[in-house]
Formats: sequence, C-alpha cells, structure tokens
Amino acid sequence: MFLDMNDRPCSRSLKAAISGAKRWLAALVLSLASLHAQAELMITISEGVESAIPVAVVPFKETGVMPEGERFSDIVRSDLTMSGEFSTLSPAKMLSLPSRGDDVYYRDWRLLGQRYLVIGEVTRVGDRLNTRFEVFDVASQERILGETAGAPVSSARSLAHYISDKVYEAITGVPGAFSTRLAYVTLQSDNGQPLYKLQVSDVDGKRARVRLESREPILSPAWSPDGRKLAYVSFETGKPVVYIHELASGQRTAIADFPGLNSAPAWSPDGRSLLLTLSKDGNAEIYKMDIASRSLTRLTTHWSIDTEGSWGADGRGVFFTSDRSGGPQIYYMEREGTEPRRITFGSRYNARPRPSDDGAYVYYVHQREGAFHIARTNLESGEETVLTRTLLDESPSVSPNGRMLIYATKQNGRSVLTVITSEGGSSYTLPASEGDVREPAWSPIVR
Amino acid sequence: MSISMKTKAFAMVVSLGLVAGCSSTGDTTEGGDAYGSDVSAVDQAGGTVYGGGDDSGISGGGLTEAEREQARIAAEQAAEAAQRAITTFYFDFDTSEIKPAARDVLIAHAKFLQANPGQQVRLEGHADERGTKEYNLALGERRASAVQRFLVVNGANRNQIQTVSYGEEKPAVMGSGDGTWAQNRRVELIFK
Repeated sequence: MFLDMNDRPCSRSLKAAISGAKRWLAALVLSLASLHAQAELMITISEGVESAIPVAVVPFKETGVMPEGERFSDIVRSDLTMSGEFSTLSPAKMLSLPSRGDDVYYRDWRLLGQRYLVIGEVTRVGDRLNTRFEVFDVASQERILGETAGAPVSSARSLAHYISDKVYEAITGVPGAFSTRLAYVTLQSDNGQPLYKLQVSDVDGKRARVRLESREPILSPAWSPDGRKLAYVSFETGKPVVYIHELASGQRTAIADFPGLNSAPAWSPDGRSLLLTLSKDGNAEIYKMDIASRSLTRLTTHWSIDTEGSWGADGRGVFFTSDRSGGPQIYYMEREGTEPRRITFGSRYNARPRPSDDGAYVYYVHQREGAFHIARTNLESGEETVLTRTLLDESPSVSPNGRMLIYATKQNGRSVLTVITSEGGSSYTLPASEGDVREPAWSPIVR
Repeated sequence: MSISMKTKAFAMVVSLGLVAGCSSTGDTTEGGDAYGSDVSAVDQAGGTVYGGGDDSGISGGGLTEAEREQARIAAEQAAEAAQRAITTFYFDFDTSEIKPAARDVLIAHAKFLQANPGQQVRLEGHADERGTKEYNLALGERRASAVQRFLVVNGANRNQIQTVSYGEEKPAVMGSGDGTWAQNRRVELIFK
C-alpha cells in the first residue's frame, strides 16, 4: 500500500537527544474526536511533558481537494505530542512555513528553540493521496529523513500515522507505534441497563468501530500477533466463555466453553496457541490451548488461584499471577513443567503481568498503601519502579515498541484510559464520550 | 421482599405462643440496610428464636407432648425460613472465607436444599473493583465455590448448585470507598 523510497532513517539515541528544556503543556485539550462519532474517545493531555524534545511540524503544503476533517500535519503533530517524548510547536508561532528543503532557514528554528523540523507536502491524484516528507536536525543542519508514501484518500489517517511512525523512528531510532490500534471495552447505561461494547480504534481514539455489543460483561481483549483477531471473554451466555473474533469478517468462535471459568486469553508469539485460565478441574489454573486442534496442556497445578498468563518475549516462558504465597504475586515459569519463580516482593498485591517485547521488563498492577498503581520490574536487576500516581489502576498494556503504556483508571468516578511513557512520564487520557472505558489492549505492529 | 418474609416468619412464631418476650424483629429488618451486618443481625435474631423455642416458650403448660413437638418443629421451620430470607453473603478483601456469622443461615439453606431435591440454586460470586479483573474473576469463583462446598457439606446435593463468577463486573453498589467495596465482595444465592 505504501511506496517507500529514499534514505533509511538514521538512528540516534533518544537519550542523547533529550534536551534539558522543561516544557509544561497545561491541560491542553486536543479535540480530536468529532461530534458525530459518539463512540470515539476524547484525548486530554492531563500532565505536562518534562524533558520533551522540541519538534516543529510545519503545516504540509496541500495540492488538490483534501479529505474533510483534520489536516494531515495536525495528526502528525498530535501523534508526536501523545508519545510524551516530544513537545510540538504551534504553527502560529512559526516564522516561516517551508515545504521543501531549499526553503528551510535553520536560524528561524534555532531561534524558536526547536531541535527537529518536519516539513512536507501532500498531493491528491484521483482517489489517492501522495506525500513527500522530510525531517531535519536543526543543530547539525542535516536532513535525517526524506521519504515519499501514498495511500487511498479513504486511508488519509493511516497515511498520517505512517508519517508519524517514520518521523518518530528517524529521531529516536525506535519504530513508531502510531499506526497500531487499540481494543477496549466501553460500558454505558442504555435505558437503565448496562451495555458493553468491544471497540477498536486508532491509538488516538479516532475511527472507533464497535465489534461486539452485549448486555453482559466483555473483558480481557487480546490481540493475535498478526493483528487480525481478538480473543476475549464474553458473558453473553450467562457465564464466562472465551471467543476468538476475526476482525475483517466478524466471524466468532467460542474457543473455550468449559464448566467454570474460561478467561484470561493470551496469544503465543507464533499465534498458534492461547494461554487460558480454566477452572474445569477444580480451581483456576493456566492451560495452553493449541488453537488448531484445541488440545489443552495444563501448565500450573496448585490449589491457589493461578491466572493472567502472558508469554515472555522468548515465546517459551510464561508470566502469571498466583496467590500461592497468600496474596497475588507475579511468577515466571521458564519452561513448561518447571517450578515457577516468584518475581515480585515489593508489596502484598501484584497482579496481571505484561512483559515488554524486548524481555527487559514486566509491567503489572501493584498495590501500595491501599492504592493500586502500575509498576514494572527490571527482570535483570529485579528493581521495581512504580509508574503511576493514579489510585485505582488496572489492565496495563505496553505499546509494541515498548515506549508507551496504556492502562485503565478512575477519574471523577468514571473509568478512563490513560497513556504514559513506559518510564512513567507524561500522560494523556482517553475518556469515553459517555460512561466508562476499560480493558485497553494495544495491538502489535503489523507490517 | 426479604423483610416481609422475615416478619411473617416471626409473626408465625409469635402467634404460636412459643416465644416469650421475643426480641424485637426490628433487628432483622434494620440489619438489612447495613452491609455485612445483615448476616450477623439475622443470626442474632435467629438465635433468639431458637432460644425461645428450646427453653422458655415450650415450658408453657396446657400442650400435649405431640402438640409441643409439632409446635417445636413448626418453630424451627419458621426460624429457618426467616434465616433463608438472607441470600447474600459478604467477604473480606482478597479472601473467600465464610464469616462465622453466616454459617447458621447457610446451614438453613443447605437443609432446605436437602429437603427439596428438585430445588436449584445459582451461586454468583463477586469481588470489589480493586485489583485486576481476571484475578477478581478467579476470586469471585473461589468465593462461590466456598459457599458451594459449605452447602454440600451441610446436606445439599452438588447437582442442585451452579456457580458463576462475575468478578468485579457486577457491583451491587456503584462507586468507591470502604463501605461500597464491602457490599460488593459477596456471593448471592439465586433460587430458581
């Protein structure tokens, strides 16, 4: 779909690029959700960005009739801001609006304290949009990225997110995750009855689509590694049953409907099997199901609760929650059948592990002094860091590039989604236009 | 509904002349308002009924042995019916231990199930909103299973009982705070 050309983005260490500048964006509200799409989430940048990299995204030169809605470069700008790693310059403050490299006066951007400059143009040809974009390092006066790409007009947002990904990668050396999607569950009151909706949207909450509606709870959506399917738990039959839902066709399969609990689905990195929590043999235990044959292998055997299994980065080890020590803690089973090793010791309640793709960290829900936060443990050093300051946090999900973390928390009595950097910095909030939003799951990067 | 059943049961006991100076039924009805305390309130009231039946009430003269026995059984049944009006049982945070105060009521339910083999009951286990959804799902199930085991040990048949856990998905009371959370950590018995 995209035409990639020109130079490879040059990698730079983000750490080296972080300036000392402290910039606080006070409660900046980016009204990205349109009034018509009631299912969409609204973005609120709820916390300032410290030590963010200043980037200027110049409004792209537009030729031909553009699709209605947001301007192309506005999407790129808001993507970069959302990452928590950049502060973007308002176009109103720009001294010049170049769209080609020849027109760039570095002095203008130095005066404005910018480290990077993004320029480009977008041209409509029939039903397609073609774009050319460039990234410059203001200090070294070098062009670090120049690319062209194109997409059907109907995919304008996808094209903008693609540009954001490339710009992000050019500056940080890490692939961007703006083209990924979020799955989540909304809950609203409909004629006094609860109405649950499983939805999938862009990472900024836009283009939300309802995939399943139910009067009974829906929880634990989990993406297949190819990004084509979701596994989740639905109570639509009066009990928890795990379904696999193919997004393109809408086809659903009840994959686990045993007596008792059927819950906590997690895909293996190869997409062939699911971890599941089943209680058919007496109490909550973790099983591995081969999806094609539906054969089960039991991984845990303990009278305590074992649940919330999640595969480690190597695709062999399994993280899970167990209260075998008296309260829920995170354990790691290196291979099937080996004795689980306890990972968390910092407090009495640690649950729902989500390892990062690079295998360096495991993120989880952590209770401290009566409040529930998201924390992570460095798997090499064992060091634990509490990442959030909100109080009723749950359902952490790491972005596939490992740089951001989304979780659910309470704000004014309503459940909202919050995104922070994986180090715990910055944040933006995605409240539902109505009711609660919960159970976020960040999709993989699909190439 | 539970209040009227309790009141009716007590009225029966009183009208049979079995309870001398029965403690006020207000304990029972008021107890329903306060979370957690309704179980113990009924236990106290029930205790009064049992005490009355076994001791002071029955010692009244003029009844034959058979009449007395009949009345004693009726009183017991009425007391158990009163107890069975309680169908929600509460738990402490992250535990699935049945509170001592709930035991007599659950025994009454178990006896009722034993006496009515065709009766089915669904046990719905719940947790408060704190902690993780999937762990709470397992915790709700463990609570329901604990109640199921207790009922079976006390005479109910396993086949009469279905369990399901909703975890934190279906709070009895919306909102946050210790009082709210206490009301949401529960197992509900639903007779069909």
